[in-house]
Amino acid sequence: MSDKFRNTLLTIAFIAFLFFVAWLADSYLDEYVMRVVRTGLIYVTAAVSYNLINGIAGQFSLGPNGFMALGGYMVALLILPLEQKEFVWFLQPLIWPFRIFSLTKPLFPLALAIGGAAGALGALIVGVPSLRLRGDYLAIATFGFSQIIIVLANNLIPVTNGALGIKGIPEYANVYWCLTWAILTVLVISNLANSSYGRAMKSIRDDEVAAEAMGIPIFKHKLLAFVVSGFFAGVSGGLMASLITTVSPSLYSFSMTFNLLIIIVLGGLGSITGSTITAFAFTILSEALRFVESPINIGPVHIPGIAGMRMLVFSLLLVLLMVFYRQGLFGQKEISWDWVLSHFKNRDYQGVKTCPQKTDRS
Amino acid sequence: MSSKNGSILALDNVTVSFGGLLAVSDFDFTLQRGELVGLIGPNGAGKTTVFNIITGQYEPVSGKVFFRGQDITGWRPDRVTCAGIARTFQNMRLFEGLTVLDNVLVARHSKLRSSMLAAALNLPSYVKEERQAETKAMELLDRVGLVDLAHTQAGSLPYGQQRRVEIARALAADPEVLLLDEPAAGMNPEETMRLMEFICGVRDEFGLTILLIEHDMKLVMGICERIRVIDYGMSIAEGTPEEIQGNPKVISAYLGEEACDYA
Amino acid sequence: MNAAVFFQQLINGMSLGSLYALLAIGYTMVYGILRFINFAHSDIFMVGAYSAFFFIVIFRIPWPLAAALAVCFTALVGMTIDRVAYRPVRDAPRISALITAVGVSSFIENLGLVTVGARPKAFESPKFMSRVFHIGPVSITGVAIWVPIITFMLLVVMMYIVYRTKIGMAMRSVSTDIEATRLMGVDVDKVISYTFALGSALAAAGGILWACKYPRITPLMGVYPGWKAFTAAVVGGIGSIPGAMIGGFIIGLIEVMTVAFFPDLSGYRDGVIFLVLVVFLLIRPTGILGETLKEKV
Ligand SMILES: Nc1ncnc2c1ncn2[C@@H]1O[C@H](COP(=O)(O)OP(=O)(O)OP(=O)(O)O)[C@@H](O)[C@H]1O
Ligand SMILES: [Mg+2]
Repeated sequence: MSDKFRNTLLTIAFIAFLFFVAWLADSYLDEYVMRVVRTGLIYVTAAVSYNLINGIAGQFSLGPNGFMALGGYMVALLILPLEQKEFVWFLQPLIWPFRIFSLTKPLFPLALAIGGAAGALGALIVGVPSLRLRGDYLAIATFGFSQIIIVLANNLIPVTNGALGIKGIPEYANVYWCLTWAILTVLVISNLANSSYGRAMKSIRDDEVAAEAMGIPIFKHKLLAFVVSGFFAGVSGGLMASLITTVSPSLYSFSMTFNLLIIIVLGGLGSITGSTITAFAFTILSEALRFVESPINIGPVHIPGIAGMRMLVFSLLLVLLMVFYRQGLFGQKEISWDWVLSHFKNRDYQGVKTCPQKTDRS
Repeated sequence: MSSKNGSILALDNVTVSFGGLLAVSDFDFTLQRGELVGLIGPNGAGKTTVFNIITGQYEPVSGKVFFRGQDITGWRPDRVTCAGIARTFQNMRLFEGLTVLDNVLVARHSKLRSSMLAAALNLPSYVKEERQAETKAMELLDRVGLVDLAHTQAGSLPYGQQRRVEIARALAADPEVLLLDEPAAGMNPEETMRLMEFICGVRDEFGLTILLIEHDMKLVMGICERIRVIDYGMSIAEGTPEEIQGNPKVISAYLGEEACDYA
Repeated sequence: MNAAVFFQQLINGMSLGSLYALLAIGYTMVYGILRFINFAHSDIFMVGAYSAFFFIVIFRIPWPLAAALAVCFTALVGMTIDRVAYRPVRDAPRISALITAVGVSSFIENLGLVTVGARPKAFESPKFMSRVFHIGPVSITGVAIWVPIITFMLLVVMMYIVYRTKIGMAMRSVSTDIEATRLMGVDVDKVISYTFALGSALAAAGGILWACKYPRITPLMGVYPGWKAFTAAVVGGIGSIPGAMIGGFIIGLIEVMTVAFFPDLSGYRDGVIFLVLVVFLLIRPTGILGETLKEKV
C-alpha cells in the first residue's frame, strides 16, 4: 500500500469520524453549545479561505468581509420564503428575479454554491484592477472595495433593505452543512496549496520578481487565489446568514475581517492547520469573553457590561502576537498523516516541514 | 528591423534611464547560438540593467530586443522566460521559505498543462505530470550536487549552495539562453573553479547559449569566447579575452574605478 | 443652484478639505519614510479631540492652553505607538507591519469605547468659532472660516519644520534613502520618532478642529475622516507633503459638492470617496505629485 493511498484512506476515515462526532454532539449537546460549534465551523471556512490570499499567496487583502457580505445577501435573497420577502420589503418592492421565487430546504446547497459564486465574482471584480498594485496599496484597494459593498448594502433598499437588513431567514445551516463546507474548504485549499499552483503562489509570496522571472504569470495566480478564496468566503457568508437568520450591513463590517485576521495570524500565516484550529479556539474564546460585555448580577451587586472589551482584548492580542510571536502557533507548518503516524510508531519522519519565517528583502 | 542575421539574441540600440540617469545608452549586442559570452564593466556600469532589459524587468525608453528573430521588447518577464530565456540574480532571489526541490519545481510550473481544478482535486492526469516534474527537478539537483538537500529549506543553505540552487532553478525553465549575473560572487577560488567547469559542462550538455556577468576576471577570461565591456552604460570594447586584456580603454575604465576607490 | 450657494459650498469644501489635509500629512510622512500605512493615524486624530475635551471639561483648563496640551499629549502618544508597536516589527516582512498597524488602530478605538463609552460627548468649542458671519446673502459660521485659517498657519509652521530645520532635513533625508542616512551617522530611529510626533501633533490639531466643527465626539469619530485623509494622501501622491495638502482640498471639495449637487446620493458620500480612492489607485497609483519608483532588481 503506497503512502499516498494510505493517507487517502485515513482522511476518509477521519471525515467519517468527524461526522459521527457531529451526530453525537447534535443528539446530546444543547442548542447553545451547538450554535458555538456551528459558528466555529463557519469561521474555519472563512479563515482558511482568507489564509489562501494572505498566507499562501502573501497578498494582504482587507476585503473578506465584503465577499462574505455578497455571499450572505445572495443566500438570504435565495432562501427567504416569499411571504417573508413581502413582509420585509413592504415599502419598496424587492428587485425582480428574487421577488418571484424562493429556494426550499433541499436546495440549500445550491443556494450556498450560488452565494459562493457571488463571492467569487466579487473577488474577480475587485481583483482584476487591484491585484496589479503592490503590498499596501492592495490592502487599501480591497478595504475600499469592501467599504463600497457595505455602503451599497446600506443604500440599495430594493436589494438589501438597507440598514435594517433582512430578517426571518430560514435556519438551514445545521451542523452537517457547516461541517461539510468546512471539510470541503480545508481539503480543496490544502490540496491546492500543496499543488504546483500552490507552489507558484508561495513563490510569489516569497519573491515576486523571482517568481515572474521563473515564468510564473503573477497576476493570473494572484487572481486565482483571490477568486477561490472569494468563493469560500461567499459560502461562509451564506452559512452565517442562515445560522443567524438575519443579515445586515453591520454583520459584515470590517470587524469580521479583523476577527479573521487574528485567527490566521494566531494560527500562523500560511498554515491551514493553524487557521482551522485557531478558528475554533477563537470562536470559543469569543464566547467565553462575552460575559465581560454583558451586565452581571451577583446577588445585589450589579456590574454593568463593558462594550468593546472583547475587541480590546483581541486587538491587544494581535499586536502582541506581531511583536513577540510573529510566526503564530504553526508558522507555515502543517500537520500531516505522516507526522501523526510518526508519533504512533515512534519513527523519525519529516512529515512536518519546518519553515522559519523569512525576513523582508525590499 | 532584422533579427541581425540569425543570432539567437539581439539588442538593437537599447536605452534605459532612471530619472535622468542613463543606465544603458544606445546599446547594441548580438549573441550567436551556442556562444558563451562575458559582459564585464566596473560597478554601476549597467550590466545588470542589460539583463533586466532582456528579461523584461525594465522596459527600454528606446531600442528593441529580439529573441530568435522575434521582437520581445516590452514582454512581461514570465513570457520572456517561457519563450526560452532564464536568468539568475546578482543578489540571489531564492524562495527562502520553500524547500530546495520546491524552488526548482516552481520553474517547471509554466510547463504544467493540468488546470487548477485538476490540481485541487488531485486528478490522475495532474498527479502524473507532477511526478514527471519532480523527476526532472531531481535530475537537475543531481547535476548541481544537491540531491541530498532537496527537502531542506532553501534559505538555510550556505551561500555557495544557494548559488547552485539558483542555477538549477534557472535550468529547470528549459532555457535556450541562460543569463548568469555574477554567479561566482562570494565563492572561494576552489568553488569558482568548479563553477567554471560546471558552466562549460551544462552549456555542452543542454546546448545552451550563455551570457555571463562576472567580476572575477580569471573566470571570465578562462571560459568566455568573447567579451563585451560596458562603462557608464556604453559599450567601450568587444573582443576575445586576449584583445580585451590589452585594450587601453578597458584598462582605463577599470583603473579609473580603482583610482576612485583609493581616493 | 445660484452663485451664493455655490460659494458657500466652496468654503465648506475648503474648510473640510483643510482638515483632511492636516490628517493626510501624517499618513504621507510615515509612508514616505517607512513605506507603510499607519492605520492607527485616524485614531490618533480621535485621541487629540478627546484629550482636548478632557482638558477643557474635566480639568477646566482655558481653551488655547488645553488645545496646546492636547496636541503635545497626542504627539507623545504617537511616539509611544511607534516605540512599542512599530519599531519591533520594522525589520519583519512588510505584511507584519501592516497587521500590527491594523491591530493598534483597533486597540485604540476599543480602548476608547471601554473607557469613555460609545455615547457621543458634547465638545465645547470656543465662542469665536460659533459666531455666524453674514457676507451679503452668504452666511458662514465662524468654524468654516477659522478652520482653514488655523490649518493654514499650522501648515506654514510644519513646512518650516520640514524644510528649514535640521530635524526636518533629517526627515527628508531618511525618506529619500534610509540606509544612506543611517550610514551618515544619523540616528534614524530618533528621526522616525520625531516624524510620528509631528504627524500626530497635526492629527491632534485636526481632531480638535473637527470637534469644533462637528461637536459630538465618539471613539470611532476618526475612522471615516481617516480613510478620506488617506485617500487625499494617495490622490496627492503618497510621500509628498504638498501632495497631501492638494489631495485634502480635492477630497473635501468632492465630498461637499457631491452632497450639494446630488442630494439623492448623500447616502453614498463615503462610497464616493472610496470610489475616488480605487479609481486613483488604478489609473494613477503615484497620485498627482508622486514619483514612479521602479523596484531595483
Ligand atoms: N531601478 C533602478 N532605479 C534607479 N536607478 C537604477 C535602477 N537600477 C539600476 N539603477 C542605476 O543604474 C546604474 C547601473 O546599474 P546596474 O545595476 O546595471 O550596474 P551593474 O553594472 O550591474 O553594477 P554592479 O557591478 O555593481 O552590479 C547604477 O547607477 C544604478 O544605480
Ligand atoms: Mg549588477
